[in-house]
Amino acid sequence: MDAVVHFFQNFPYELLLIQTINGIVTGMILALVASGLTLIFGIMDVVNFAHGELFMLGAYVGIIVISSTGNFWLALVLSSLIVGILGAAIQVTTLRPLLGRDPLNTILATFGVSLILQNFALWQFGPVSRKIDQPVTTHFQLFYLQYPWYRILIAVLSAAMIGGLYAFLKYGKFGIWIRATTQDRVMAQAMGIPVPLVHTGVFALGAAMAAASGVLFGPLGSINHTMGLDWVLKAFIVVVVGGMGNLGGSILAAIFISLLEAYASIWVDPSQAVIVSFVVLILTLLFRPTGLFATPK
Amino acid sequence: MSALAEISPQPLVRVEDVHTYYGKSHILHGVSLEVAPGEVVGLLGRNGVGKSTTLKTIMGLVPLSQGQVLLDGQKITGLPSHKLARLGIGYVPEDRRIFRLLTVMENLRTGLDRQGVSEAQRQALLDKVFTFFPVLGERRNQAGGTLSGGEQQMLAISRAMMLEPKIILLDEPTEGLMPRMVSQIRQIIDVLHNEGVAILLVEQNVPLTLAACQRVYIMEKGAVRHHCAASEIDVHDPVIKQYLGV
Amino acid sequence: MEQAIDTRSPAPSRGASSFILRTELLSVRFGGLTALNQINFAVERGKTHAIIGPNGAGKSTFFNCLTGVLRPTSGRIILNGEDITGLPSNEISQKGIARSYQITNILPNASVLENARIAAQSRRHGWNMIAHHSAFADINAKAEYALDQVGLLDLRDELASNLSHGAQRNLEIGIALATEPLLLCLDEPTAGMSAAETQETLRLVQRIAENLTILIVEHDMEVVMELADRITVLNYGAILADDTPEEIQQNPKVLEVYLKT
Repeated sequence: MDAVVHFFQNFPYELLLIQTINGIVTGMILALVASGLTLIFGIMDVVNFAHGELFMLGAYVGIIVISSTGNFWLALVLSSLIVGILGAAIQVTTLRPLLGRDPLNTILATFGVSLILQNFALWQFGPVSRKIDQPVTTHFQLFYLQYPWYRILIAVLSAAMIGGLYAFLKYGKFGIWIRATTQDRVMAQAMGIPVPLVHTGVFALGAAMAAASGVLFGPLGSINHTMGLDWVLKAFIVVVVGGMGNLGGSILAAIFISLLEAYASIWVDPSQAVIVSFVVLILTLLFRPTGLFATPK
Repeated sequence: MSALAEISPQPLVRVEDVHTYYGKSHILHGVSLEVAPGEVVGLLGRNGVGKSTTLKTIMGLVPLSQGQVLLDGQKITGLPSHKLARLGIGYVPEDRRIFRLLTVMENLRTGLDRQGVSEAQRQALLDKVFTFFPVLGERRNQAGGTLSGGEQQMLAISRAMMLEPKIILLDEPTEGLMPRMVSQIRQIIDVLHNEGVAILLVEQNVPLTLAACQRVYIMEKGAVRHHCAASEIDVHDPVIKQYLGV
Repeated sequence: MEQAIDTRSPAPSRGASSFILRTELLSVRFGGLTALNQINFAVERGKTHAIIGPNGAGKSTFFNCLTGVLRPTSGRIILNGEDITGLPSNEISQKGIARSYQITNILPNASVLENARIAAQSRRHGWNMIAHHSAFADINAKAEYALDQVGLLDLRDELASNLSHGAQRNLEIGIALATEPLLLCLDEPTAGMSAAETQETLRLVQRIAENLTILIVEHDMEVVMELADRITVLNYGAILADDTPEEIQQNPKVLEVYLKT
């Protein structure tokens, strides 16, 4: 009985709450990255292995814009735009010609693109990690911590962007085009929807979202040419756990997994907390391979 | 070939000696046919003779290996199907293929949201469809997948009508429908005909086809075997028994 | 629309052993949809029996049930007096039902002979991995005999993917033959063939039909009328008629169903 009381008395409630917030913050960035990935997969069955590099390039372009204008928000917008255009170029040159072929071809193609982009970044920016300064440096008191407002801002902005994406898909002509193409590409085309253009547009959109995540994440960590790798791996786990092509599912899964990892790092080293993601992935594949949060169609 | 009504000199759609393969399977062995502007033409034949494949070839959904397809005298062979839809070919496939997760309204919008359509025109098109199919109006915000088979067929046809096409390719519209819906399909065909829309109707329902069409082609084993005015034959004609019976 | 009812059960005057395959009240339901409705059907030994019917009649479902690809919801399938209902397709193959497919199912990267040999080999279980294949002379002989029957013996060393479409379809039949089946099931063997290829396959099947019991699903009426000793017409998952070709051609209900009058 004493042991139980002792357990509840020493239970790190405050740390739990802090980690909940941290988990949600990371989860929202992850959701932003993963939504682009799942959107691309849902509409054109392409597993975009270069997605992490688009995230990384977003961060680097952000650095360039900040260093010339000093404005973080301008960097966020411009980076999304520039990497979005880059994404469109990549899709048209490397993926459009592969339409209709064995999916292995597109996997190899995007993997190749990822290697090119990584080495390009290494060549252009060198091996030394960079940093972006936080645009907002104020803190608020959260228990015994000075919690940065910037982190809350990230979560809010990501949520806004994902909300914007959701609204875009649900209403408006292009949203209908995208959803129709995702459901039945052949029939969408027979209805006059320019499917090749829609594919390029969605890829660009996914790239832009990855870039935005990269800029937002910039102040939280270090920016180097390999930073995309960790994120793309987690993003893939999120996409599978959330149900491939399922936007709502990936957002829930992103938050779910990030929360689990955040809680796990209360007791174990953060680098080991990552194991949690993989455990969830394996369990999902074993028991609910269509995705934990997938809605039955 | 027996006496035919004069086909106008410039057919709307012309299929010339088309050969189509699925892999190594030679499905169309030199199909030729024509549809005049505003004409309702039937394409009859048993299962597996290549009727659907002919429509799919016209619509650019299946590549042809020989021959050509012309629309208004222009070669459209090899054009992607979204261009053909914009040029005025509407396609209603055999399994309807409505967008199940889109609402009825959104399904219609896939055809309605085009350049050059004024708000007044949009409303007029929608009104036309909802007048003719009131049930679609009632269910306009429901997901397509929740509609019954007959309602989905109505939606598939309406969706094609949203393109204001010159010709609609109708693939077995009565298949899987209850018999009383067959007369409704007949009415739709008549309405479209009155509006000047040409129709190429693939069907196995012989009475419907002979009643609704001006001319019929009969296919067998990948080629057109017989061609005549619909008024020249009836259900008991030996030609019908030969190519469609047992 | 009047419900098509099966009014015919296998005639009791003929002994059960004259039927190589029988079904008793075979039904297949997919959720609320009844694809096959209590079918009583029989194939007489040594005859060629065709199954025809309009789109959606249930021909593929029926065919898939008989060959073990689909498990029936209720009812029995009896092969040579033995109940084979619900057995997996590999076991059904071992029991003696061989099947060709609508979409050609040959091994494209193997030679014609190798294709036939693999089929012939399946009838003998052995774990001997060391002996050279030429040691199994009887399997070779069976494979070559099957190829000869379908007219492909001369092309035995040709890569299967190099064959014309018609030849590939015939190889499909040859592979089924190489298993020395009790019952050969052909699924639309002339699909996608030209008129000339169709004639060739028609003659091929007529040749092999002499020593075999054949069940065939076909849309080409000419082929059906030439080959079949008996025809079963399916409609809406039930047997509409089961009779000789001449009777079927005169049957007004059958014509009604096909022309949708």
